[in-house]
Amino acid sequence: MRKTLVLLITLCSVLSAQSQIKIPYTHHVLPNGLNVLLHEDHSTPTVTVNTWFHVGSGYEKPGRTGFAHLFEHLMFMGSGHIAEGEFDKLLESAGAENNGSTTEDRTNYYEDLPSNALELALYLDSDRMGFLVDAMTPQSVDAQRAVVKNERRQSYENRPYGLSQETILKNLYPPTHPYSWPVIGSMADLSAATYDDVVEFFKTYYVPNNASVAIAGDINPQETLKLVEKWFGGIPAGKTVEPQNPAAVRLNEEKILFMEDRVQLPRLYMTWITPQRFAPGDAELDVLANILSGGKNSRLYQKLVYELQIAQDVRAFQGSSKLSSQFQIVSTARSGHTLEELKKVIQQEINKIKNEAPKQRELKRAVNQFEASFLDALEKPGGFGGKANQLNEYFYYAGNPDYANEDLSRYKALSVDDIQTVAQIYLRDNGRVILSIVPKGKTDLAVQPKEEGK
Amino acid sequence: MKKIFLFSIRLIVISAFCFSLYAQTPDRTKPPQLSPPQKLNLPAVQQFVLSNGLKVVLMEKHEVPLVQLNVIIKMGSVNDPENKTGLAGLTMSMLTEGAAGKTSLELADAIDFLGARISANAGAHSSGVYLHTPLSKFDDALKIMSDILLRPDFPQNELDRKKKDRLTSLMQMHDQPTAIATAAFNKILFGKDHPYGRMASENEIKGFSVEDMKSFYKKYSTANNSFVIVVGDIKKEELKKKLENIFGKWQKDDVKEVKIKEPAQVAGRIVYLIDKPGAAQSVINIGRIGTSRLTPDYNSIVVMNTLLGGSFTSRLNQNLREKHGYTYGASSRFVFRPSPGSFIASSSVQTEVTDKALIEFFNELDGIREPLTNADLNRAKNLVALSYPGNFQSVAEIAGELEEMVLYKLPSNYFGEFVSKILSVNGNDVNGAAKKYIVPDQMIIVVVGDKAKIEEGIKKLNLGELKNLSIEDVLGKVPQLSK
Repeated sequence: MRKTLVLLITLCSVLSAQSQIKIPYTHHVLPNGLNVLLHEDHSTPTVTVNTWFHVGSGYEKPGRTGFAHLFEHLMFMGSGHIAEGEFDKLLESAGAENNGSTTEDRTNYYEDLPSNALELALYLDSDRMGFLVDAMTPQSVDAQRAVVKNERRQSYENRPYGLSQETILKNLYPPTHPYSWPVIGSMADLSAATYDDVVEFFKTYYVPNNASVAIAGDINPQETLKLVEKWFGGIPAGKTVEPQNPAAVRLNEEKILFMEDRVQLPRLYMTWITPQRFAPGDAELDVLANILSGGKNSRLYQKLVYELQIAQDVRAFQGSSKLSSQFQIVSTARSGHTLEELKKVIQQEINKIKNEAPKQRELKRAVNQFEASFLDALEKPGGFGGKANQLNEYFYYAGNPDYANEDLSRYKALSVDDIQTVAQIYLRDNGRVILSIVPKGKTDLAVQPKEEGK
Repeated sequence: MKKIFLFSIRLIVISAFCFSLYAQTPDRTKPPQLSPPQKLNLPAVQQFVLSNGLKVVLMEKHEVPLVQLNVIIKMGSVNDPENKTGLAGLTMSMLTEGAAGKTSLELADAIDFLGARISANAGAHSSGVYLHTPLSKFDDALKIMSDILLRPDFPQNELDRKKKDRLTSLMQMHDQPTAIATAAFNKILFGKDHPYGRMASENEIKGFSVEDMKSFYKKYSTANNSFVIVVGDIKKEELKKKLENIFGKWQKDDVKEVKIKEPAQVAGRIVYLIDKPGAAQSVINIGRIGTSRLTPDYNSIVVMNTLLGGSFTSRLNQNLREKHGYTYGASSRFVFRPSPGSFIASSSVQTEVTDKALIEFFNELDGIREPLTNADLNRAKNLVALSYPGNFQSVAEIAGELEEMVLYKLPSNYFGEFVSKILSVNGNDVNGAAKKYIVPDQMIIVVVGDKAKIEEGIKKLNLGELKNLSIEDVLGKVPQLSK
């Protein structure tokens, strides 16, 4: 009859200094290690329950790629007290929408509900956290295996240029690195996953001490915490999941690859390994990407698409993850132009930044856009991009749910020299993967010299 | 196996220990009882008219310092002149390419520097210039937006560049099976000359002139053929003053509304097979003419379609995805417009099961016409009604709801009454809507996939006459760009 122990870690003030980006929240840790983040927003009678499990495709074993994502699908198939198919039926009957997603680092789930239905989400989420494998059968695993294979067909194989990332990752990282395979996994590995794999994965990673639940919306925090304790408090903690610690990777060669696809136009991908999320250099590379391809005045867009008109599109971005990031430039050539032409212009523009820092206005323009995007992120409590997800995201990646302001400060503190420096350090000519995807039979459009991508 | 077994035993011991520690062992045998849902209390929909007759609809929303301001012009692709399909779309996209003497790059730089976003595009019946901005930059952003809306320059060099962009996009459509399927479906269903079925051709794109755009835009972009939607952190009186300053001199001119020919309903059942050699999946589109947004059956149709293919637990998705594993998802929807749009059921299915998937599609299209259970009815109604407040969270989404309200002249209490109207739909209403609008014998079936692997299986189903089409039959020849 002991009262559940509640640790109150932080209680943030609702008041915030002007121009500060803040999501007021409270943070609690249940005795079983489950982190609970609560945020009030009464603007509509809705609530969102957003759960992160700190496991993604990077934790998979060789021969079982795609497993973390397959597992995400199984989380909707029913659990100890929820019959197959009932999970979604109960939620829809209450007016709720829900989904889940998997990256290399983590898996997340949300339910967006009318505020009266909060407890239903806690009932369902706690049941699948505590009792998932009680309901799992080889048949239910097979059913979702077929769905996931069709997801792979739809989003990768049947999509123009869809197999590019898989080839890039394989060539960017050594085969032992957790990011060397794609989240969706290979068809062969999806076929090989067994029921026993499911049980083991669940018991290792889907434990309360490896998860965090953020609840945002029209809630009373005290009552909500009591409900969370009621439904999640009895789920036993699992073993501590050791953080991954792969050896630092550095690519010391230029790999030039090509693939053929059923496409009209050739597309060029240039990719570098860059610092992980929130590490020094990460924000600089975000800004560099904006200076290269954000808006009509960005350097690559203006040159390739606007002025020379030899490309249909160009995009540069820093894809930031926990263990490592990738900086990528992607551009599609217009009819009659080769990827060698595109590469030459891109190289010239990269060299320009390496030789001379960008203008103050380019930096400020980029930072202003980042600042505005932080406001947009405060609009909605739910969904993949809402405030609850943001609390979980900062908690996982920065160790602090309230990191938005520090995050924004990273950008505001940058100088034009910082941007020049990261271009020099990370966009090395002798440490990158260049992939050309060309129409079938038109290998002459690829960047030369070339070898077939595998 | 042994290891796993031992592991389970240990887990049970730990659980038992924990449950003795926590008195609150919840009852998991049934879902928790829920209290009734809270009512959605939205800020008031405020309306006022500027001195030139320009109508403004405002919803104040003060949680986040943002403003969304959309100027909607009642003009769209339905107004495309004969042999100039795509003129509305290209015209709107040219607004941001030069205005009030400022170049495309100067405008973009000014907007980006503010951290604001301004876009302009055309829909079927309406077009818009959309501004999303931090409140602190509202005045500056509004000034740029007014140049774009009221003083566009339509520079020749930018039009030439845009044409290349459009022609290249048209070329890239040849790669995209879902885009091919959608274009084919609309073209066949409505006819290649109907506003909802036609598509800009290579020659049409190449033929557009600056003069075409200037006169087209002048004709439709008038204060009394437009309205303004504002949602965000701004008060009515302050906004009114600003808008009077910026838009108050926008000239009035009457615009004649176009009458759209009612499309003919599908008479029988025809299968159109479009070959995409080597495709890993077949894209399937099945459907017919639906009905107008203003039909009195609207609420019944929304509930019926939620059950058929409008949600995760819908029959199509449960059958094709969860039960059979043929696909990553199957769905259906009604495209609602002032004039009857389409009903379309669609999915991308694994090539090898294309015929089996078609059988299941028709099982569900037939099945929805049968009487339904109360559980199904209530689930669909609750999903539509109780998730409705979720549409009113971001300034852009709310502006979209308000735009629909104005375009279709919905009553000002529409948002407030929507939930109770949906909850009052009964089983007969849903069944009636299914029988009236889901008529499986009168549907076209478009399949884009690997003909060599799927044609024989489809033929054996005897769904109806099978016609073979090429991608070029649908999209035209791959456009040629002159260098």
